[in-house]
Amino acid sequence: MRLPAWLAQHLAALRALLVLTVLTGIVYPLVLVGVAQLPGLKHHADGSLITTAGGRTVGSAIIGQSFTDTRGRPLAQYFQSRPSAAGSGYDPTATGASNLGPESVVDVLPNPQVAGDRGKPSLLTQVCSRSRAVGELEGVDGRRPFCTTGGVGAVLAVFHHDGLTGPVTRVVSLDEACPARPFLARYQGVEVECARPGADYSRGVVTPIRGDAPAHPVVPADAVTASGSGLDPQISPAYASVQAARVARVRGASVDAVRRMIEAHTSGRALGFLGEPAVNVLELNLALDSRYPFRG
Amino acid sequence: MSSTTTGLIFIVSLLVALVAVYRPFGDYMYRVFTSARHWRVERGMYRLVGVDPDGEQSWGVYARSVLAFSAVSVLFLYGFQRLQNHLWLSLGFPSVEPGQAWNTAVSFVTNTNWQSYSGESTMGHLVQMAGLAVQNFVSAAVGIGVAVALVRGFTRSRTDQLGNFWVDLVRICLRILLPVAVVGAVVFIAGGMVQNLSAGQDVHTLAGAAQHITGGPVASQEIIKEFGTNGGGFYNANSAHPFENPTSWTNWLQIFLILAVGFSLPRAFGRVVRDNRQGVAIAVVMAVLAIGSVLTVNALEVAHHGTVPQAVGAATEGTETRFGVPQSATFASATTLTSTGAVDSFHDSYTALGGAVPLANMMLGEVAPGGTGSGLYGILVLAVITVFVAGLMVGRTPEYLGKKISAREVKFASLYFLTTPTLVLVGAAAAMSSASTRASMLNTGPHGLSEVLYAYTSAGNNNGSAFAGLGVNTPWYNTTLGLVMLLGRFLPIVFVLGLAGSLARQNPTPASAGTLGTHQPLFVGMVVGVVLILIALTYLPALALGPLAEGL
Repeated sequence: MRLPAWLAQHLAALRALLVLTVLTGIVYPLVLVGVAQLPGLKHHADGSLITTAGGRTVGSAIIGQSFTDTRGRPLAQYFQSRPSAAGSGYDPTATGASNLGPESVVDVLPNPQVAGDRGKPSLLTQVCSRSRAVGELEGVDGRRPFCTTGGVGAVLAVFHHDGLTGPVTRVVSLDEACPARPFLARYQGVEVECARPGADYSRGVVTPIRGDAPAHPVVPADAVTASGSGLDPQISPAYASVQAARVARVRGASVDAVRRMIEAHTSGRALGFLGEPAVNVLELNLALDSRYPFRG
Repeated sequence: MSSTTTGLIFIVSLLVALVAVYRPFGDYMYRVFTSARHWRVERGMYRLVGVDPDGEQSWGVYARSVLAFSAVSVLFLYGFQRLQNHLWLSLGFPSVEPGQAWNTAVSFVTNTNWQSYSGESTMGHLVQMAGLAVQNFVSAAVGIGVAVALVRGFTRSRTDQLGNFWVDLVRICLRILLPVAVVGAVVFIAGGMVQNLSAGQDVHTLAGAAQHITGGPVASQEIIKEFGTNGGGFYNANSAHPFENPTSWTNWLQIFLILAVGFSLPRAFGRVVRDNRQGVAIAVVMAVLAIGSVLTVNALEVAHHGTVPQAVGAATEGTETRFGVPQSATFASATTLTSTGAVDSFHDSYTALGGAVPLANMMLGEVAPGGTGSGLYGILVLAVITVFVAGLMVGRTPEYLGKKISAREVKFASLYFLTTPTLVLVGAAAAMSSASTRASMLNTGPHGLSEVLYAYTSAGNNNGSAFAGLGVNTPWYNTTLGLVMLLGRFLPIVFVLGLAGSLARQNPTPASAGTLGTHQPLFVGMVVGVVLILIALTYLPALALGPLAEGL
């Protein structure tokens, strides 16, 4: 019996797909799983797991982790990782970034009527509050441009008499929920109000205020921004350096000794130009634990 | 050295490497496309498939073979996902929901690899390696096959024979994609990528919290994800994930692999049409557009305009420490200049204008150098349009590579060109017209529109990258983006094959004094100009409402 052409074609297609599935979908990956068992490859292929001298597996050398207590507060004896948008932080089963854009500056303020409502902080407010927190933890200046000293975005809704033009009639500090006292008393002669959760300020022109924070903040950029994966195992040498004094103090080591350990765990650029210098946080913390154990 | 300087060296080193492989890799591919000999294993495969490898096909049969193979692939992949809970290595994940399974099946068959799912919490290892990753090979091979059929159309005369789809498919997989995949995957593992069948390991971190270290056959999928310009990540974080892109040098290698086939195919094209200068001209067009794009994204991201980047002091949100901002920007550009869509940093958090460049790259139709095969056929269609425009200017019947570009050819080329913008703009407009679909936006204002525009641009051009804040796992987005991907892939393929069939039927036209030299700088400049002007006219209004409104 001769099959109609269209049916023969689809049968050939199905057979081609099955043959190629066996080859590229079964044989090929399994061969590579086999090759990956070779010494030199196996450690990587299994996930670069790190086991302590006591035989405990504490994670992967290339997957970051949080060094915080159960309530999310930084453990002072450890170098801290970057902020993470993966799940509740460094969760490999929910990887990803914040995806908030460059003009994400207006918070959805928490509704005081709803218990536990935390609102939706804008990226700007997240950056500001992280910067302030790091500043407090490390005892350095945590101020940043476009941030209030309270650690939220310094953003005004400016209402004009004729929509986008005309004299200013009303000004609201969008990221400061009442009863906060706004970071700015007056703007163009008009008193600045705090923001009421749920109120509609969409007719105001969103105006971020630069403020007088230094152009080059002490708290480095990677300390206030989440990575792409949410699993970034590394921090910049600058962020490690900011943390050195605190870790040294808590562990009773000299700052110089801690700085030397940072250097030992800093990987430079491959071939001198690939990537950026970076410090592996887990490996550094493990080395500290064995060299300067924390007696808390 | 500053990171801007090293970022420039990074770009130059990629350029040097791509120039170095242009001839040898292009010549190798040329031999694969034209060799009369079949390998013994290939003969065995043709027997299993039940086709005669020495029989050639007309454009209609070639197109029907492509469509049949792709239709069967979509159904197979859909069923595979729906049944994954009954199969091995499912990691306990349930059957994938119908809407998402449809979207994902279409996405991988069309070489888009748009992901409305999150790999680590949706797909078992078997679906990833024997379902999704198989399409990484074959969808790339389909693209190259169609490009080769078009090139054959330029070189043949008075025939309707354009080659044999099954032979092209098998050869490209076996002789081009697999060898590189095997070697490359081993290199990737050496760099730190995982390759196992484990369900993962629960560990207690140094701070005492639980962490689940995931496993999977990642390296074997990663290599073809880049080399086949697919882009679908094993994990949600894609090439930002340390298991998918562990080091700064694997990052370089991934970008190189993304661009390798696209930039070397013009050499194979030049060899087939027996004029290497034609291949160089096409490669230079691609290079001009690509270098311009890469430098622009780098400059904009390093300059970090915008409120949040200014507050931070750098555009580091969504980037990994080990790559840094400039080299992430280069990745972003490469992935959208091709049909890859893998990301090592998150475009949604780019500066307004820096994020507009990846969007514009896709709008160019991904021709610089474009996806595996689709980049070459895309730029050749634009070259046809260019000689047509040039012919109008001097009032002369245009020719390209010794073929007359008459009404029939121009119709196919125009249909090709109009398909994607129609899908993108109609799709985005439809999504914007309903409050429930607008609710999927994570960001507000112009940036929210950019998210939707980016989604349909990515789907229509079969890219797969996203402004990932948009919540796309909804019935509306799964269905419509699936349709846009499907039409955005196969309508152009049918038009390209139609064009090829029409060219192959013609007699060759000898070159005369009035023939436009399509290997000369003048032509290169004209193609670049035509591409930029056509795209600007098509998309500027939409761009003005999104990224331009946000960034200016």
